[in-house]
Amino acid sequence: MSTAVSLGRIRKLKNALALTIAMIAMLFGLFWLIWILATTVELGVASFSWRLFTEMTPPPGSEGGGLANAIAGSLILISLATIVGTPIGIFAGVYLAEYGKHTWLGHTTRFVNDLLLSAPSIIIGLFVYDIYVARVGHFSAMSGVVALALIVIPVVVRTTENMLQLVPNTLREAASALGAPRWAVIGKVTLKASLAGIMTGIMLAVARISGETAPLLFTSLSNQFWTLDMNKPMASLPATIFKFAMSPFKEWQQLAWAGVFLITLGVLTLNILARILFRNKHKQ
Amino acid sequence: MKIDKESIMQSTTGTDLETQIAFRNFNFYYGKYKALRNINLDIYKRRVTAFIGPSGCGKSTLLRTINRMYELYPDQHSEGELLLDGVDILGKGTDLNALRARIGMVFQKPTPFPMSIYDNIAFGVKLHERLSRVDMDDRVEWSLRKAALWNEVADKLNQSGMSLSGGQQQRLCIARGIAVKPQVLLLDEPTSALDPISTMRIEELVSELKDEFTIVIVTHNMQQAARVSDFTAYMYLGELVEVGRTDDVFIKPTDKRTEDYITGRFG
Repeated sequence: MSTAVSLGRIRKLKNALALTIAMIAMLFGLFWLIWILATTVELGVASFSWRLFTEMTPPPGSEGGGLANAIAGSLILISLATIVGTPIGIFAGVYLAEYGKHTWLGHTTRFVNDLLLSAPSIIIGLFVYDIYVARVGHFSAMSGVVALALIVIPVVVRTTENMLQLVPNTLREAASALGAPRWAVIGKVTLKASLAGIMTGIMLAVARISGETAPLLFTSLSNQFWTLDMNKPMASLPATIFKFAMSPFKEWQQLAWAGVFLITLGVLTLNILARILFRNKHKQ
Repeated sequence: MKIDKESIMQSTTGTDLETQIAFRNFNFYYGKYKALRNINLDIYKRRVTAFIGPSGCGKSTLLRTINRMYELYPDQHSEGELLLDGVDILGKGTDLNALRARIGMVFQKPTPFPMSIYDNIAFGVKLHERLSRVDMDDRVEWSLRKAALWNEVADKLNQSGMSLSGGQQQRLCIARGIAVKPQVLLLDEPTSALDPISTMRIEELVSELKDEFTIVIVTHNMQQAARVSDFTAYMYLGELVEVGRTDDVFIKPTDKRTEDYITGRFG
């Protein structure tokens, strides 16, 4: 009887210890996260004004100015990269999960994709610089799109594959048992069943590229002026933040914080929107 | 095990038995492992045939060969003959999608597709037929009525099929299967995940559907086999031990192994 009691006590002690360690770890992580967010909001809100959306990036030392060209540039670069990268990623993910699961090509693709997924983005920037920018002879928005798309693809491939793997085989069998050809099973049933997860993956990819700076420094560079020409250098929020934050000018530094705040807000809004849009469908 | 078809024919009162599916010297492999050995079996048109036997005896495996479900898995293959209306369907020339349109299947766990109740049923029909909106509406209603689900879902056809209860989902899957108008319906332990009331409903349904469809049901539940089937096949370790009229198999089994299983000595 007494051994049972003491065993119970040891178990409770172990539980309390594990719980404490887990709580400390969580608090440690949360502490930095909240600090970062608080700083961003504090400094961002201080330099926030509607001018950000209407005026161009100012020359050094001058009063006023905004981030209009950088915001537009970022929106263009991100949306084009997503439009280019998402279908490629989804199709490749479908191949890995549905067709090439146990094939040599599938294993190799998965391995290479994992490498690409963890490759530092500066390598991708340099790669695009070498194959595109250096050959064309000038920086361009299009090369920035290529670099960002190359970051989007592995993320989408990975999530698409993982989400499709979560779809139970019985669902595939049920669709096949009705006489559905492979493409119909995938297109109308399994992809539909994993839609919410795949969309989350795309959102993650968008969030990831909206802060990427390194690959843009070698490709779309930056531009002080408004442009929609994809063959010219184009301003973007991360590149502008990089330039402005490193500068000795007070106004530029403030604009950099405003830019950081805008990116954070954008990613947050996107996440919330995605959750609202796909929550209902997922839970029926 | 050789079936004496003549004696079965003679004992039939009134109605003729017509073979719909016939296994001849049929073997099945998971990779190198031989899961089914030399199966010879006739399944009769518009009758319910039950496959019973202990876990792992191969009854589900046998069922899944009838619509060649195993083709989804490259390491599985079969040998011998499997005749549907006298035509061997194991050949390479068989159009699997057309074959599966003739042979519906319902699985152990309900598998509604992530779409509306209406679309769950229209999905299979659209694969094989082009129907006008009105005809499709009729087909959906017809199959839901046949599956005894119409009254419960008539006013919510646009809701997700996944919002239904387990028993309703299973009847939706049956409706989905018969909407394609197959000749054969394969039921793989269709009630093992359901509560007793839902089980009863499905069993009643099976008795009604056999007027139009040839039904093959795999079940763990011997009482269920006794209740719903006309013929029972007892399987053990990948072999067909005994097959015959359900009453005969249950009341006076000819094989000792069948008797042991039915009387609950093992299984």
